[in-house]
Amino acid sequence: MMNDPIRIEDRITLTPAQMKSRKARNIAIGIAVGFFALIFYAVTIVKLGPGILRPPS
Amino acid sequence: MTFISNNEPSAVLEPRISLAEPGDYLALLKPRVMTLVIITALAGILIAPVPVHPLIGFVSLLAIAVGAGASGALNMWYDADIDAVMTRTRTRPVPAGKVLPGEALAFGLTLAFLSVVTLGIVANWLAAALLAFTIFFYVVIYTMWLKRWTPQNIVIGGAAGALPPIVGYAAATGSVSLASVVLFAIIFIWTPPHFWALALVKSQDYATAGVPMMPNVKGADHTRLEILLYSIALAPLGVLPWVMGFATWAYGIVAIVGGAAVLEAAIRVYRVREGEAANSASRRLFGYSILYLFALFLEIAGERTLDLFVNLGLRAS
Repeated sequence: MMNDPIRIEDRITLTPAQMKSRKARNIAIGIAVGFFALIFYAVTIVKLGPGILRPPS
Repeated sequence: MTFISNNEPSAVLEPRISLAEPGDYLALLKPRVMTLVIITALAGILIAPVPVHPLIGFVSLLAIAVGAGASGALNMWYDADIDAVMTRTRTRPVPAGKVLPGEALAFGLTLAFLSVVTLGIVANWLAAALLAFTIFFYVVIYTMWLKRWTPQNIVIGGAAGALPPIVGYAAATGSVSLASVVLFAIIFIWTPPHFWALALVKSQDYATAGVPMMPNVKGADHTRLEILLYSIALAPLGVLPWVMGFATWAYGIVAIVGGAAVLEAAIRVYRVREGEAANSASRRLFGYSILYLFALFLEIAGERTLDLFVNLGLRAS
């Protein structure tokens, strides 16, 4: 079993303000990544044309 | 965890953990400049002879806007030292300590890469190359080189701010046209009187920061003369889109009236040289020039959008 090289008392403990800003940044990044994925999905459909949505006969 | 400085054994340094909010990152993108980029690039997209698919147009516009924002973030990263001593810019996220310099750099580089690649995939690689060149020109040529070196900084550097209509047109068509170059020329010639009007008011700020703006190097009177000369060139240039036939008579009226208003404001800046009245004249020209550019490009975008809807209606009936 490996020992933890960093002692618990040496670890960074975020202040409430740091936690709050980190959470807000994470939410913003999540929204941006989701929007980016949505854009690429929609653009792919537009570029390939409506035929991509038709099931093969 | 704490870091102990080697130089001062007694000093205990706390790690710098960011307190930046999403709003601080948004401020790095220079939203007001982005608005102008969106409108000018939109005009470039809409003057294309063949209408682009709305989604492709929207995503292209978004990529161009984000590319401009990335330039702003990289500019704020590099210029944090001079922003910190200027009253106009000292509250920007990096000098204010809200965003760490490394964060601004990483943010700017990431957005620059994503915007160029996205524009290349979604529109075409000519537009992407032009966007990459715009970012390079603004960050490296203007921010890192010209800004601290020559009073012609904003004249040459203005090319970066003038490129969005060309990038927009290239995104829509895959080429560059004379019409898009005319839109480029309007913004290019508009930039010096616009920024020098501000520089006349903030010359002390620029002197403190050591930025060689025209009023600090050649003097206020010489700057006033150059503002007047550029404004004389700008007024007829603004009318060209109507003369060349890619804007309507309504645009022509806006351009003539707006151009006359900017010219009148520039004449006032040239004549009134002393005291608060001189500052007031410069601020007036600064405000008029923003309104003028917004009006020209909104008019082009508006009438082209109207055209699209009319054509759609005709096709449907």
